[in-house]
Amino acid sequence: MSARLRLAARRLAPVALGALIALTASSGTSGASESGTAAVSAAAPAAAIAELEARESRLAHQLRCVVCQNQTLAESNAPLAADMRQAIREQLRDGRSDAEVVAFFEARYGAFVRYSPPWQPSTWLLWTGPFLLLGAGLAALAAALHRRGAFAQGAALDALADEAPFDPDNDEFEEGRPA
Amino acid sequence: MRYLLPLLLFLGLALMLALGLERDPRALPSALLDRPVPVFERPVLEDPGQQLGSAALRGQPWMLNVWASWCEPCRQELPALRQLSARDGVPLYGLNYKDRDDAARALLGAVGNPYRASAIDADGRVGLDFGVQGVPETFVIDARGRVRYRHQGPVTAEVWRDKLLPALKAAR
Repeated sequence: MSARLRLAARRLAPVALGALIALTASSGTSGASESGTAAVSAAAPAAAIAELEARESRLAHQLRCVVCQNQTLAESNAPLAADMRQAIREQLRDGRSDAEVVAFFEARYGAFVRYSPPWQPSTWLLWTGPFLLLGAGLAALAAALHRRGAFAQGAALDALADEAPFDPDNDEFEEGRPA
Repeated sequence: MRYLLPLLLFLGLALMLALGLERDPRALPSALLDRPVPVFERPVLEDPGQQLGSAALRGQPWMLNVWASWCEPCRQELPALRQLSARDGVPLYGLNYKDRDDAARALLGAVGNPYRASAIDADGRVGLDFGVQGVPETFVIDARGRVRYRHQGPVTAEVWRDKLLPALKAAR
């Protein structure tokens, strides 16, 4: 690893870290607003029922059908998904919070049942992977640009032309012309 | 270095893909492993006047096989389960999952009953507590009432010898 590459990596690290923090912060707040639904008031039964149905539907969209694993409970027609939706409905009626319902399924089927995986050691790579790849790609790009820049400064112009990346259009153009 | 790095990347990717081919994406690790067995108390299929519950089974390692008469792999594993559990003297209990009692009794009458008793779970709530994804599933529970192993799919002589029996022996 060259000194320049290390320098580029050091320059890019805060950017990647900032993006990561922004992402975890936004996912954290959205999760809190979803699970922090207030208890429904008994004064308006129709509104309360609509509220319960809305929460049930939202939970069904957040939980995975464990039989047909690429569908949420809301999308799935599997009998087990119907049972799980029924269990959501009963628990909400019993006054459990959204977070408690999710915990109920997580205790039985594992974190896999959540469509949005929690931040835990086994999912660190899952959450940070895209940013690590992005960072690695940017670092490689920066290193390549640096190398080419240094070469251009120290070498003659025709040497720079040789170093230019292969361009099919340009190449055909050159072929069409007598040298 | 220039040629070694892409080669290593390729080999790493090929290894990961090869390992991925070997794995069954549907087989999830049970969330219940090393946790207390879910509490249940249900009527016994063979004698509905009696109850079968997890509390009464404490103090010995036992196996729970989740089955249904509508499930073809369950029908196929019943004879093997009967032979193997009888040969090794294993306390094997059943959980009759989302089934009709008469159909379940008829099947046991036709192919033989491998279970000391089967609990009726007509609405599937006990199955849900066990995190059952699809029948058949087989759980090994130790003497202190903790789930030690879960097998998904039909039990064969190999599964019994290599997985379930060793798990049961370790659970004493």
